[in-house]
Amino acid sequence: MNTPKQKLVVIGNGMAGARVVEEILKRARDRFEIVMFGAEPYGNYNRILLSNVLNGSQAAADIFMNPLAWYRENGVTLHAGVRATRIDRQRKVVIGAPLKKDALAYAVDAAAVPDAALVEETYDYVIIATGSRPFVPPMEGFGGTGTFLFRTIDDCDQIAEYAKTCKEASVIGGGLLGLEAARGLMTHGVEVTILEAAPQLMIAQLDPESGQMLRDTIENMGIQVMCEKITTKIVREDGRIKRLDLKDGSTLNTDMVVVSAGIRPITEIASVSGLTVNKGIVCDDQMRTSDRNIFAVGECVEHRGKIYGLVDPIWDQAKTLADVITEFNPKAEYLGSKLGTKLKVMGVELASMGETKPSLPEDEVVVYREPSRGVYKKLIVRENKIAGAILLGETDTAGVLMQMFMSNSAVSSRRADLLFGSSTGAPVLSVFDLPDHAQICNCNGVSKGAIKEAIQIGKCHSVSKIGGCTKAGLGCGSCKTLIAQLIEAYAGEVVDDASEHYYVPGVPLEKSQLVAEIRQRGLKSVSAVFRELAGGKECPASKVGLASLLKTLWPGEYDDERDARFINDRVHANIQKDGTFSVVPRIYGGVTSPAELRRIADVAVKYNVPMVKFTGGQRLDLLGVKKDDLPKIWKDLGIPSGHAYTKAFRTCKSCVGTDFCRYGLGDSIKLAQEIEQRFQGIESPHKMKLATAGCPRNCSEAYVKDISAVAIEGGLWEIYIGGAAGGTIRKGDLLLTVKTHDEVLKFMGRFMQYYREHGKYLERTYHFVERVGIEVIRKIVVEDSEGIAARLDADIQKAVDAYVDPWKEAEVPAYPGQFGAPELASVLEVAENNGRFP
Amino acid sequence: MSTSTQTINLGSLEAIALGQGRCFIVGGEEIAVFRQRDGQLFATQNRCPHKQGPLSEGVAGGGKVICPLHSHKFDLVTGAGSEHGECVKSFRVSAVNGEILLQL
Ligand SMILES: Cc1cc2nc3c(=O)[nH]c(=O)nc-3n(C[C@H](O)[C@H](O)[C@H](O)COP(=O)(O)OP(=O)(O)OC[C@H]3O[C@@H](n4cnc5c(N)ncnc54)[C@H](O)[C@@H]3O)c2cc1C
Ligand code: HEM
Ligand code: SF4
Ligand code: FES
Repeated sequence: MNTPKQKLVVIGNGMAGARVVEEILKRARDRFEIVMFGAEPYGNYNRILLSNVLNGSQAAADIFMNPLAWYRENGVTLHAGVRATRIDRQRKVVIGAPLKKDALAYAVDAAAVPDAALVEETYDYVIIATGSRPFVPPMEGFGGTGTFLFRTIDDCDQIAEYAKTCKEASVIGGGLLGLEAARGLMTHGVEVTILEAAPQLMIAQLDPESGQMLRDTIENMGIQVMCEKITTKIVREDGRIKRLDLKDGSTLNTDMVVVSAGIRPITEIASVSGLTVNKGIVCDDQMRTSDRNIFAVGECVEHRGKIYGLVDPIWDQAKTLADVITEFNPKAEYLGSKLGTKLKVMGVELASMGETKPSLPEDEVVVYREPSRGVYKKLIVRENKIAGAILLGETDTAGVLMQMFMSNSAVSSRRADLLFGSSTGAPVLSVFDLPDHAQICNCNGVSKGAIKEAIQIGKCHSVSKIGGCTKAGLGCGSCKTLIAQLIEAYAGEVVDDASEHYYVPGVPLEKSQLVAEIRQRGLKSVSAVFRELAGGKECPASKVGLASLLKTLWPGEYDDERDARFINDRVHANIQKDGTFSVVPRIYGGVTSPAELRRIADVAVKYNVPMVKFTGGQRLDLLGVKKDDLPKIWKDLGIPSGHAYTKAFRTCKSCVGTDFCRYGLGDSIKLAQEIEQRFQGIESPHKMKLATAGCPRNCSEAYVKDISAVAIEGGLWEIYIGGAAGGTIRKGDLLLTVKTHDEVLKFMGRFMQYYREHGKYLERTYHFVERVGIEVIRKIVVEDSEGIAARLDADIQKAVDAYVDPWKEAEVPAYPGQFGAPELASVLEVAENNGRFP
Repeated sequence: MSTSTQTINLGSLEAIALGQGRCFIVGGEEIAVFRQRDGQLFATQNRCPHKQGPLSEGVAGGGKVICPLHSHKFDLVTGAGSEHGECVKSFRVSAVNGEILLQL
């Protein structure tokens, strides 16, 4: 018998709405005709990951869980960008109004398209999953330019866009989301201040001591934190935000404000339709509202007096609701959830669950503190079960604790095991013992059973593969250790996802294996590597990296196929945003002469160079040069290339040193010139910027260079490596102290060669030195522990000898059209399609 | 019989270095032509839909090109892009007797 389908209308297409539909389809694919209303004009995305979108570590496109195609494939009709406004319970119809394109989806008064036809959908059942909207504490001036909330993809876009025009930003609210918003804002180059009304950060999840430690950690990241601050007014001048007035009479200058001070359930549709609404839409244990045919799920729900603001409880609600509505298990009940969470702020490890302080006299409290590393761990044990825990600074055991807390398991009598892992190395919680329905990934609601299946049937033996297959581990990431343990338990051993370690994506080998193969087979060109090691498959994303490696491995012998070079290296100039190029001639040690300057000036005039600029590397940049002018300019200049465009030795800056400076201890200019003469054009995994300073006052900023020499008292030179002063700032590590310029050149060269051989492609020295460790490098490069020093010296000498000024190609281009402007196709032959093309 | 297509001779194949691209201006339109090492030819619009980077200056191979400005990738046959909502026009092109014939 073919019963006609019942019709289900879901209001809200967020995490809860989409999940409940997935759960329903799993249980009964064909039972309902499903129609969804979504105020946001998209398919469903993972709202949790908005923090990553804001801090730039993920693209908005990467966080979609149900792209529009998913709805089509599953026969679900989605009214995207349409807000449901009323449920007419007499006629059993849901009524919706299309929103204007730029309307704020969750605003009470979200603007509808005027005069647009209303959307009406009849129903047998309705599920309300409208989520919540950010709460804005009472203050004057909120709304309009420069004020933002943090809830949707559109919010993220707008915050990021506006931050570009700002110097200072404030975040009102120091909870989980406020911190994530603040960290995200920092990546947009603004000074960030957090204003929290309570005396501490994350008051819901932390005790005062850990709150203070978290504050220190956050402040060390460069975010200012102000507690017990209540904003009363946002003050504008000439239409832009100028400052905040605070309740205590003080003020704070700021250019923009993001409010993240809690959430409030969206309940209007329920109240206008006559359903019972308290703080949220009131539901029973079966997720039914006061109307039997209308259910609710997610943040809009009030269940047993409680409102939830995390996804984990929502997954449980969605399962129960699906069980009930499909009659898969008509008696299913949702009895409430325990809460645990992890802060997703780069550079801060923090997990918290349950209660933050003891509440009964028998409660046992275990605390470990290590202020120097910012580590704090606290455990509240009640009746031999975890009643609450805080892990700050080190969260290795968070996944296990969360499992035990959620499943209410009895815990090890050695409490230390719970905080540090067991001393014997045996797992604190045996993943074998967990039932299949135990939820491992609380963010994406993935059970042990699902992961087991992916391991055993799907043959996913790495944590990232499991993520790809089940979504487990892709939310806050705190369950990754448990996933690894499951793989160990069911597959024997965790496979590191090898592709993460490939030197280039298109050749399945790590750097050391790749080097061995290349040497052994004598592969001297990029096309030969593709032919022999990649099954003949060319991969454009691998070409440039391979070219760099081959050039290092075969100095003088490398078969230089120019198509494997990035455009900058094809034409020895740096491509600019408009397709023109920049020309930076080499100025050894930053010392030039009137004659040289005059030539540069003449060239700039002759070729109409739009801008001449001093670079950060003590030389001059001619910007906006047309490609076909490049060879002419180089000829007229008569100065070698400064290699400002490539992964190679760039410059050696210097300070005035003993020549003129009254503090000078060493001849920093002469040394810099010697360094630059010797190493010019030496290619490396990434660029190398050098400097010398005549004394520790460091005018040339030598301490923050990839490699540098600083003169000290006693006629000595200190050699530093691994400094950085770009996006990352790091003081270099002292490699050793030497006496003569020749020794400086020797050890710099030896380190360079070691880095050239062992650095990963595009790994700057500051990463390399941190990864390998200064002690290890010192042993090899200074103490010659591996007996390779002589070879390194010889190899760098070969590279030095192989140097040719690339600008010599001005005379004889390396290949036809190297400096060619776009070719005007003179239409030699115009024909109708005459059958030449099949 | 098709009447809307035009065949245009862009001159000698040797004008494009092996494995690289080259920009041609055809009737005011910039077109990038790529000569892959295995002999295949491809043609697309020259300007990247992202921020107008010159695709002809990009690293190409395996039927793809990488824009030199921000590394968005494009399939040289279908024109499909690596980023959501970005694609380029592609054209038919072939070599006959060492000359490049572009079909518009
Ligand atoms: C930046 C950020 C980070 C977070 N991080 C975490 C985390 O680490 N861990 C965690 O557990 N939780 C986290 N959360 C919370 C989590 O995202 C929410 O708990 C979850 O999204 C709630 O799901 P929901 O479906 O109830 O609401 P939503 O996901 O908000 O979905 C509701 C949808 O319904 C739409 N809607 C509302 N009214 C109507 C209407 N009348 N008609 C049509 N559509 C309507 C809304 O526009 C919205 O798209 C985070 C939230 C944010 C904003
Ligand atoms: C009498 C002693 C000093 C002399 C002669 C001197 C000279 C110079 C010169 C000529 C520059 C280059 C400026 C430019 O390129 O525009 C410079 C830069 C610099 N000086 Fe000094 N300086 C002296 C003392 C100091 C001291 C004591 C410090 C720090 C405590 C210092 C820090 C710097 C820094 C950081 C720079 C780099 C700035 C930049 O590149 O923009 N200097 N100095
Ligand atoms: S680093 Fe020392 S020697 Fe060099 S200019 Fe500065 S103060 Fe003088
Ligand atoms: S212009 Fe092509 S990727 Fe940005």
